[in-house]
Amino acid sequence: MAKRIVIVEDEPNIVEAISFILSRDGWEVTTHANGETAAAAVRAARPDALLLDVMLPGRSGYEILRELRADPDLAALPVLMLTARGQKKDRALADELGATRFMTKPFSNAELLAALAEITADGA
Amino acid sequence: MPASPLTGSRIREHRLARGTRQAELAREVGISPAYLNLIEHNRRRIGGKLIVDIARALEVEPTQLTEGAEAALLAELGAAATRIAAPAEGPAPERDRAEDLAGRFPGWAGLIAAQARRIETLERLVETLSDRLAHDPHLAAALHEVLSAVTAIRSAASILTETRDIDPDWQARFLRNVGEESRRLSESAEGLVAWLDTGGDLAEAPLSPVDELAAFVARTGYHFAALERPGAGAAQIDAVLRGASGLSDPGAADLARAMLSRYRDDARRMPAAAFTASRAAAQDDPARLAAAFDVPLDAVLRRIASLSGEAAGLVVCDGAGSLTLRKAVDGFALPRFGSGCALWPLYHALARPAQPVTMVLEMPGREPRRFLCRAISRPVAAAGFDAPPVHEATMLIEPLEDPQARPGPVVSAGSSCRVCPREACPARREPSILGAQPGGGPAG
Repeated sequence: MAKRIVIVEDEPNIVEAISFILSRDGWEVTTHANGETAAAAVRAARPDALLLDVMLPGRSGYEILRELRADPDLAALPVLMLTARGQKKDRALADELGATRFMTKPFSNAELLAALAEITADGA
Repeated sequence: MPASPLTGSRIREHRLARGTRQAELAREVGISPAYLNLIEHNRRRIGGKLIVDIARALEVEPTQLTEGAEAALLAELGAAATRIAAPAEGPAPERDRAEDLAGRFPGWAGLIAAQARRIETLERLVETLSDRLAHDPHLAAALHEVLSAVTAIRSAASILTETRDIDPDWQARFLRNVGEESRRLSESAEGLVAWLDTGGDLAEAPLSPVDELAAFVARTGYHFAALERPGAGAAQIDAVLRGASGLSDPGAADLARAMLSRYRDDARRMPAAAFTASRAAAQDDPARLAAAFDVPLDAVLRRIASLSGEAAGLVVCDGAGSLTLRKAVDGFALPRFGSGCALWPLYHALARPAQPVTMVLEMPGREPRRFLCRAISRPVAAAGFDAPPVHEATMLIEPLEDPQARPGPVVSAGSSCRVCPREACPARREPSILGAQPGGGPAG
């Protein structure tokens, strides 16, 4: 059965490209662009992984992550955070809130697939 | 008349300034030189008749000996000693000797206070700039735009180049996405560079007196109604300066005063009504206007700029090419620091003093715009056999709304090399941070 992933990202062309490569890699992809309703969408989708952008309309990726980690059912969900900011403090905040991996834009498709494979591998 | 702790220091200061010996002054006021010595070193407080006698002997008002401006100075020295950390090596400031320092060496004490103020100003500026880089919402949004576009392009380009069996529909979609994002990237990068070049809202924190003057000119549009009135003089200039905000640096205020004095002189010699009427008669030819009003050509260029509102820009540079006066005009970006594009006629004029230079410049951009630029340079200091000549050049910049109205060669110029995309320009002095475009020089 295909692994399911939710992409929370508001840039349509990035979403389209990532969805394409993940689909070809065998993932079942759901996308969501609104920060305010993203947590609910993730709860409803029960994915195997979450690709979460930081700067979103309505609510930041950090706030969404905080809420998801407070939910025992989602506490262990592999979350790859994407951000245009790569400062130490952003990385530290992502770590503190429980991001599984932190990736700065721009990234290569290969890097993204490798990171997802790593954080969703059994025993990861 | 109560004496301050520094009365003795001031007596000594006045005595030395007059070249009077201690013994001489002591004899004159009927005290021993040893006692005067103690007084002068602030070891004896004096008052009443003795102060009056000493003041008379020194030909100063007694209050000049008993009251000084040192109270504020002492406060500043105290604040400097508190705020600025003591040096890691060497002794800490002797705070208990501050009065002595201010009294005996008021010049040096003033310098310390002024430097402490300057350090505080610069620290605030550094703090502002650091804060802006870290938190400025415009910068953050602009960088986010750039990085988002780059991410989308990189990802789509990678799919297009690495996916062999890509469906034609997907291929077309990703090609379209690359096109869209490239345009977005170009616009975001251009906006970001323009913002960085103008300094965003840095007008609130000018970096130099020339910068403060430029901000003052931008706020006023280089038009001062108070100086247009007949008989306007120093009082009106003072009034303009008093009413001006943002001229906090004394150096900037001096520059503004000199600029306003020149403006007043121009207005006197070319009254607005007469000048406006003559412009039409002279068909806007600065040379004819200069002859009509019997003024130098650069004064006419300045006058046109001052009476044209937003329809004309003006730049003035010194002999080294550094811009000393900037009045912007829409579409013709002026660099905030240093000199402009070497292709501007401003610099041609500098190389051939007293010979007017006219040129049509095309400035880069998504929609390149043309400007009629007229420049002249002339000496600003008297010539001498033993001194190098000092020149200044002035350039009037007017948008050329109808390029057909001015046939002839057009020069592809820019603002400054740093933000000019004409990579192959023969006048380039440093690399650009923008993408490449065809070179500068004569346009097609």
